[in-house]
Amino acid sequence: MKYAFYTGCVAKGAGRELYSSSVAVAKRLGIELHELTNVSCCGAGVISEKDPLLSDTLNARTFAIAEELNLGIMNICGTCQGVMVKAQKGIDGDTKRKDNINEILKDGGHRYKGKVKIKHLLHILIEDFGLDKLKTFVKKPLRGLKAAPFYGCYLLRPSVYSNFSSPDRTTALEDLITVLGGEPVNYEGKSKCCGFPIVMMNKESSLAMSGISLKEAKEKDADCLVTPCPLCHLNLDSYQPEIDKIVQTKLNLPILHLPQLVGIALGIDPKELGMNKHIVSTEMLLK
Amino acid sequence: MAIFSIQRFNPEKDNVPCFKDYELNVPEGATVLDCLNLIKWTQDGTLTHRMSCRSAICGSCAVRVNGHPKLACKTQAADEIIGGRMKIEPIGNAKVLKDLVVDLELFYSKFQKVKPWLITEGSGVTGQGSENNKERRQSPEDFHRIDAASTCIMCACCVSDCNSWAANEKFLGPAALAKAQRFVDDSRDVGTLKRIKDLSEANGIWDCTHCGECVERCPAEVKPMDRIISLRTTSLKIGIWNNNGARHVRGFVDFIYKSGRLNENILPVKSMGIFNIPGLLSLIPVGIRMFLKGKNPPIIHRHIDEMDDVRRIFRKFKQKT
Repeated sequence: MKYAFYTGCVAKGAGRELYSSSVAVAKRLGIELHELTNVSCCGAGVISEKDPLLSDTLNARTFAIAEELNLGIMNICGTCQGVMVKAQKGIDGDTKRKDNINEILKDGGHRYKGKVKIKHLLHILIEDFGLDKLKTFVKKPLRGLKAAPFYGCYLLRPSVYSNFSSPDRTTALEDLITVLGGEPVNYEGKSKCCGFPIVMMNKESSLAMSGISLKEAKEKDADCLVTPCPLCHLNLDSYQPEIDKIVQTKLNLPILHLPQLVGIALGIDPKELGMNKHIVSTEMLLK
Repeated sequence: MAIFSIQRFNPEKDNVPCFKDYELNVPEGATVLDCLNLIKWTQDGTLTHRMSCRSAICGSCAVRVNGHPKLACKTQAADEIIGGRMKIEPIGNAKVLKDLVVDLELFYSKFQKVKPWLITEGSGVTGQGSENNKERRQSPEDFHRIDAASTCIMCACCVSDCNSWAANEKFLGPAALAKAQRFVDDSRDVGTLKRIKDLSEANGIWDCTHCGECVERCPAEVKPMDRIISLRTTSLKIGIWNNNGARHVRGFVDFIYKSGRLNENILPVKSMGIFNIPGLLSLIPVGIRMFLKGKNPPIIHRHIDEMDDVRRIFRKFKQKT
């Protein structure tokens, strides 16, 4: 198994523990990664507000580069995944748009053909690697750790762009948590929005959104939250002290990146997983 | 046979809502609305719900089915019976008046705020009359730009699951903003600049999080989030920069042009605006917190490989505009 590894901006910036844990987990599972160092940001739904065609062209360039390597793309960011799949469907469904884009890419020596597969690590673990096989790699089962899944919007909605056939009823994260020996927490907040995209525009409202779900998870006795999106992670973890004030509760709820939870169960050194790089301490979980 | 677990609430008797189960033989082809009617007519006349057209046109019968809003008349019951059960609740983000009926006053009040009428030459901003009663024609292409938003049936399904509204009731919300796009992009309307300025204020277009719930829940073809994105694009084109949302987009695009990736150290400063002292001060606690945990992005911001090609693409687009 080999993938064109799209790191996204956050895993190279404010969430480098996501990068290190993803690399460590892939290595342990024998998943080969070719890191794409010559591709741009996916645009995160922001560039497309300025110019949808520019955003699609930048993404098509990334797709073309993966196609040239004859590899599928592996994302570790839910937002990158959602944005890329939306871009791909938009381009593939409109021949004129695709021709326009390829005309622009031509001078850079690229051409998007339209066959690249784009998957998030979560999909790769479930669909390509397989949970039965993953189970055989588990060295330190999570022993009833109550982990609350937090999907992040971009992986689920709009469902026409989602890799899940039925996003409202998906249990992908829950199935993964169970295989690792944990106990998934069932709560409504799992598919809600963390509010991160507007943290610069309306901080109070943004953090209140995180607060609604974090409080609910806490009330359902969650030991931690696990998310496949580092942008959700930024709001849920980095801003948790401010969120505490909004919900008037000391939440103290550690937020794990998806590969960190997998890595713990695989017995990878917590330091390699960057477990010390969290605002809300993860020490309690490691005991 | 299926069990319908329906939320009941009578403000004259109950302090909090509770669920009541009803057993029903679901006739073949029955909609959720058919089932609610059968329960009301044959089992419990006190069950209260709204309905009118039964054809997915009037938007009256929106309820939450298994957690998410749907038009009861447009939803096949068989598709929603999971493990022999179906849960029915009133739509969200609205005060419950009785059982499945909610108060829509707040929902309607948002529409008034976006002035849902044509502002035409001579009509002034109040929309009162027009100097001449001539026909205002529109090309099919121009109509296409407002076609999606025109299909709104005001059922409030989008608002029901809107995450931003749930955290902040002042948010204009997906339905009213979609309606705003219908007028901003109307070729016959002359109020665009004023409209866009108003919509760019707090609790307007920049308060949408892109969560996609409204697109998912809309039973028509409105796709409210896409309409909001379209309003943002218009706002950027016109150049309404005095808000964090527009500054965020400008800073974001600028970084991708310069280095191919985000500079998370500087972008928040650009989004806040360098003269926005309270905004900048608000960044300090989280900045220090992240620095102490070694989470701050690298001080030296490196660009991606083959940056020239990415810049070339950007320049191509700049030439076009």
